[in-house]
Amino acid sequence: MNFDFSDELKQLREEAKRFLSARNALAAARRVLDGNAGYDPALWREIAEMGWIGAAIPEAFGGAGLGHLGLCVLAEELGAALAPVPFASTAYLAAEAILIAGSPAQKERYLPKLASGAAIGTLAVAEGAGTRIASSVAQDRLSGTKQPVPDGDIADLAVVAALGTDRRAALFIVELAAPGVSRERIATIDPSRGHARLTFSSAAAEPLGAPGGGAALIDKLFDRAAVLFAFEQVGGAQAALDMAKAYALERYAFGRPIGSFQAIKHKLADVYVATELARSNAYYGAWALSQNAPELPVAAAAARVAASDAFWLAAKENIQTHGGMGYTWAFDCHLYYRRAKLLALALGAPRQWKERLVARLEAQNDLALDGATGIAP
Amino acid sequence: MDFDDTPQEAEFRAAVKAFLAANAERLGPGSAQGYRTGQSAPGALQRAKAWQAKKYAAGFAGITWPKDWGGRGGTPIEQVIYNQEEAHYAVSRGFFEIGLGMCIPTLCSWGTAEQRQRFAPPALKGDEIWCQLFSEPAGGSDLAGLRTRAEKRGEEWVINGQKIWTSGAQYSDYGIIVTRSDPNLPKHKGLTFFFLDMRSPGVEIRPIKQLSGQSHFNEVFFTDVRIPDGQRLGPVGAGWQVALTTLMNERLAVGEAPGPDFREIFDLVRRLELEDGPAIENSVVRERLAEWYVKAQGLKYTKFRTMTRLSRGETPGPEASIGKLVSATKLQEIAAFGMDLMGMAGIMTDAEAMPADALFQQALLYSPALRIAGGSDEILRNIIAERVLGLPADLRVDKDVPFNKLPTGKR
Repeated sequence: MNFDFSDELKQLREEAKRFLSARNALAAARRVLDGNAGYDPALWREIAEMGWIGAAIPEAFGGAGLGHLGLCVLAEELGAALAPVPFASTAYLAAEAILIAGSPAQKERYLPKLASGAAIGTLAVAEGAGTRIASSVAQDRLSGTKQPVPDGDIADLAVVAALGTDRRAALFIVELAAPGVSRERIATIDPSRGHARLTFSSAAAEPLGAPGGGAALIDKLFDRAAVLFAFEQVGGAQAALDMAKAYALERYAFGRPIGSFQAIKHKLADVYVATELARSNAYYGAWALSQNAPELPVAAAAARVAASDAFWLAAKENIQTHGGMGYTWAFDCHLYYRRAKLLALALGAPRQWKERLVARLEAQNDLALDGATGIAP
Repeated sequence: MDFDDTPQEAEFRAAVKAFLAANAERLGPGSAQGYRTGQSAPGALQRAKAWQAKKYAAGFAGITWPKDWGGRGGTPIEQVIYNQEEAHYAVSRGFFEIGLGMCIPTLCSWGTAEQRQRFAPPALKGDEIWCQLFSEPAGGSDLAGLRTRAEKRGEEWVINGQKIWTSGAQYSDYGIIVTRSDPNLPKHKGLTFFFLDMRSPGVEIRPIKQLSGQSHFNEVFFTDVRIPDGQRLGPVGAGWQVALTTLMNERLAVGEAPGPDFREIFDLVRRLELEDGPAIENSVVRERLAEWYVKAQGLKYTKFRTMTRLSRGETPGPEASIGKLVSATKLQEIAAFGMDLMGMAGIMTDAEAMPADALFQQALLYSPALRIAGGSDEILRNIIAERVLGLPADLRVDKDVPFNKLPTGKR
């Protein structure tokens, strides 16, 4: 049984942790939260220089060729540090979409500049509340409105979900500097990660992926992104737990550290349990992602549900552990709280993913669950 | 990442598979077992002893025990592999779990070479069965609050008192017991540990009827029971240290809650009709299914992480401590929900008439025990908080007070 990351990847994770701590990424997140910039350009450049963005992109296209397992360990540390950079949008969404569905020419044209950080990418799917897509493409021209688009305020290109001429959902690549694109920053519950409304009026749109394969492609992209987001969520949950624990050891009430009271101990034990279950599910998702395994749809859904649950629990109970101070702007608790909810909804809510999970389990003929012994993965 | 055995592990697994296939009957699919339900069947004990003897003869009993305890001298991962394979077969392990999992390891750690030689092989073969006489009405979670007295008289100790929740006492040959040898010392310092012959004069065993209606455990009363000093394990007054050895092994031995898990509730849901259509199409049902699947898989992959460490010869990480806590509550919830889905008929317990052989109804009734026994939910949370997260221990008001001066309340 070798259900763990390799020593090289563990080392990469340690390096990432050290780098983000030395650069005080959390303070950078706070500056973005308080300021007007949508991200920290200096931090983004440094991350790009280390080759992280292209971790899962093959070397032939300017990437580091570390594979998706490498991207997972980086995601965990970026999630723990709440790093204010458009990493998820560029790497797990835009680049991933082009990696799995791009033509050789599209990969040549876009992947190197995404990997180098020269271009920021994102994915535009949502159109307000509900799941309906009304944006459409006719004669390679896109019209419609997308909101919220993560990093839509700073992105250079977007992979957009819109109806093709067959009135079915498909993906399109849109360069956002082109005519017919207008954008507006929008306010969300997490100002440490910028979002925008993108309005398209006959903007040039290039089809991505085979005709008629749009729905399956969007599903596949979401599954892959779900695993990567799950690592950010597990990293965030662990960071919130660490913060709560540190505070509980220092803060005195009734003559002793509040961490010595069972109400706090039991609360943090529950957060620990949820985080470890999420970590285990994320690891399985990482395996399935790295192998393109048929188990990926189920594994990704389980990873996302577990991680969303764990990060939400950790973040809100971190506030609770801090008492009144946890409710202040000045303390960092609310950064995790905001990010937990953002990530829980970013690819669709846990409720939707639970439904997705059950639908996929129903479709499987042979469950291969073997829960008692766990021999079959 | 992979799920493969190393070449040595694969060889071991093949040997185990061959032994099991040749000697035992394979379980059918979907045959989740209730908790100790097999033990009440007539002839169960004899069958269990016969199976244990076969395992012993083939070298698969005491896999991790040193050879000079009569074991195989194998590795923890080999024990895991054996357990995985044996779980597919209709054999009973329950009768020997306490003896082999807790009592004999304690005896071997603290006893003499002669005692090891006398007791370890018969226990491994299944010829002798052991029980654990720890909990009392005065203390379960607060084990050190126990009151059963041991008084030295010449070369013997005289025991008076009572133990409770003693699983298997009714068929046990020997027991390990922790007693209070000096009530004038603070509670942890005045304890002494022994093992005794359960047929000693003065030992009276009374079954306790459980919530579930069965009687797997007992009260055991001691009236002037004599134990030779030679059966003392550890120094006088060191009973707590010896008990800690036992409790450490208990944490490793007590696994996850047996009973309806995701597979069983999923199967049930696919068979039932609710008032508004098939249960599988009900959105509340689907949401609960997803949540239990995620939890069950989380536990399974956490075990994989533990197995990875064992496979490398490392000790299990702290995440290994979450299994019992998560699975016991999950079991109770699945049992209750499964019954809810059966509506008004959910209360019926006839195994022939009810879905899943009334396993959900049985699990409703035995699941409360699994949240309490072998480390209650609350104690497990304390352990996670203190030993894993490093939060401070609770304030103890009784640590340094002589035991006979401690307040005890009415119950």
